[in-house]
Amino acid sequence: MTFLGMPAFPANAAAAVRDSQLRFNLRKATHTIREKRASVVAELPDWARLREAGKQIKDHTLRNLERYLLQMEEAVTAAGGHVHWAADAREANRIVTGLVRETGESDVVKVKSMATQEIGLNEALAEAGITAYETDLAELIVQLGDDWPSHILVPAIHRSRAEIREIFLEKMADWGRPAPEELTDDPRALAEAARRHLRERFLSTKVAISGANFMIAETGTLVVLESEGNGRMCLTLPKTLISVVGIEKLLPTWRDLEVFLQLLPRSSTGERMNPYTSTWTGATEGQEFHLVLLDNGRTRVLADEVGRQALRCIRCSACLNVCPVYERAGGHAYGSVYPGPIGAILTPQLRGMSSPLDASLPYASTLCGACYDVCPVAIDIPEVLVHLRGRAPHPRAERLGMRAAGWVFDRPERLARAERLAGRLRRFVPRRAPGPGPLSAWTETRDLPEIPAESFRDWWTRTDGGTR
Amino acid sequence: MRVALFVTCVNDALFPGTGRATVTLLRRLGCDVTFPTAQTCCGQMHLNTGYPEEGGRLARHFTDVFADCDAVVVPSGSCAAMIREQYVRLARVPASTASTASTAFAERVAETVPRVHELSEFLVDVLGVTDVGAYFPHRVTYHPTCHSLRGLRLGDRPVRLLEQVRGLDLVPLPAADECCGFGGTFAVKNPAVSAAMCADKARNVTATGAEVLCAADNSCLMHIGGALGRQRTGVRTMHLAEILASTEAVR
Ligand code: SF4
Repeated sequence: MTFLGMPAFPANAAAAVRDSQLRFNLRKATHTIREKRASVVAELPDWARLREAGKQIKDHTLRNLERYLLQMEEAVTAAGGHVHWAADAREANRIVTGLVRETGESDVVKVKSMATQEIGLNEALAEAGITAYETDLAELIVQLGDDWPSHILVPAIHRSRAEIREIFLEKMADWGRPAPEELTDDPRALAEAARRHLRERFLSTKVAISGANFMIAETGTLVVLESEGNGRMCLTLPKTLISVVGIEKLLPTWRDLEVFLQLLPRSSTGERMNPYTSTWTGATEGQEFHLVLLDNGRTRVLADEVGRQALRCIRCSACLNVCPVYERAGGHAYGSVYPGPIGAILTPQLRGMSSPLDASLPYASTLCGACYDVCPVAIDIPEVLVHLRGRAPHPRAERLGMRAAGWVFDRPERLARAERLAGRLRRFVPRRAPGPGPLSAWTETRDLPEIPAESFRDWWTRTDGGTR
Repeated sequence: MRVALFVTCVNDALFPGTGRATVTLLRRLGCDVTFPTAQTCCGQMHLNTGYPEEGGRLARHFTDVFADCDAVVVPSGSCAAMIREQYVRLARVPASTASTASTAFAERVAETVPRVHELSEFLVDVLGVTDVGAYFPHRVTYHPTCHSLRGLRLGDRPVRLLEQVRGLDLVPLPAADECCGFGGTFAVKNPAVSAAMCADKARNVTATGAEVLCAADNSCLMHIGGALGRQRTGVRTMHLAEILASTEAVR
């Protein structure tokens, strides 16, 4: 999977909005989950306080990150685990590949994890001759379909049931137990086919790789929340467990976890509680455990006073599900494993804004604020978007235009003259402007407003405020 | 009561009728309306497009122009939200880099911003009226633009005002809280998604059977109205101020 050299967001999105199947799938899925979330959040009278608590706990942890990270390392080591520090994706991949090699195995099972997607671990393992098998149902669909995830929680959200059935029938056999020939697109039948396919894998594979939703510094415990139970299989059955976790996933204590066990399920799947919560501390008997703590740009994000709030993110995907831009552009348009509003603020911070795609991400939003309203840790995404826009490289023509507009607005006389000029030229404004440029982008789908003969300020002066 | 009108650059240049309606309405309610002619733009377009230098300059200009006013009325939800949310942020400079100019701006912001009111806030909260004596015998639907809804938290103020208008048949807009896809320069930087969002908004508007789409922001109305016009839906757009300014006498 590589996003390298992808066109900028507007071009990706322009292609996506024409894809009727994608539009249908996304609309249906996001609206369903959006409504579920809204109803379970409305049940809690203290939601606003929970949200504030979540925000405060994360901020406190981020401010004291070094202390808690060291505490975490000490606790994990004391419990028989091994802790590795990875400054970037390459180092993390090298560590994990080395650890798998040491086991002598060439197959690993994976628990759904964003951090390993972010560093491109599956590809790095493949290069070393190691096959990673995704075990989350949606990740499996993505992997079998040789596709990219398009959503944080439901990576195959862009697929319909019929498409999933076709992928299973066509591809499952290449990866293990084939799908039954009579497979229907009934969700239960699809889940059953996946279950049988995966079950054999769990029983035969000796190495598992996971991420974590939270790490608890006081005891060195890792926490994974999931719906299917496949994660739990991976976490318990194999002999070696390797967890790759972003350093911002820390919580100081178990008491803090209580807040997030309420915030996360309600925000992400719209459930009061998620079906499976697994916790483990160090290595259990007969098992080997490695924790890879991943920076990969996070300390740089932490240094930005406005942007650092993105590190509070608990990857619930509520912001994706309410985002009108995400709903129409789809996750792939964002060219990152982090799509939607959180991707628009996280990707440019983690990767920088030197590629046209990354520089276009802070603009992939109308600043409508729906994301901020639902975010369980109160990340003011519009604020960060505006902040990043201030640092993004601007196209030359736009920069000149904006500078000129600024010059006009600097003095009321200049503005008045510009308005009079527009008023005189109003008959010459075309109904549809030839492209490219902002005027043609506007008039392709919208009429322009009629330019008035007289501006408000000229009317005010001429009539002395309407009194003459 | 003396009120200064900040008409906004969009209304000044493209929708002067909204400015005139605001003046008519406020006078009818007993206000003494002034128009400080040194005003230009709040800086929203620059700031939100990533030009904080120009945006900041315009913000300083705004606070200079309106420094001595008791109350400033803005017939635009997004400009009022810009002033209230972002000026405060612009003024927040870390102590290490603070200068006399930045301290002076911060003081101006602290003094001026609380006196800036979006039109419906001013009518309902400051003047304490919901019945402004308007008459408008048409079927109307109201779109509560994002910055009014989630920025200013105007709540039901505009709807309460519209409900009191004689003859007006107010019909609810389905999925009203969804963004129309304007987003300032988003409309031209991401025209495909913008148009896709607008298509849904326009469909929801026509589904109401309303003849008029009303909002408290002409920039969003320019966008939705542009699509409604292009599609020949026959639905027209009107700023809240224009409906509230209508009376039986002037018809
Ligand atoms: S930014 Fe907030 S709403 Fe979006 S995924 Fe992260 S925690 Fe959830």
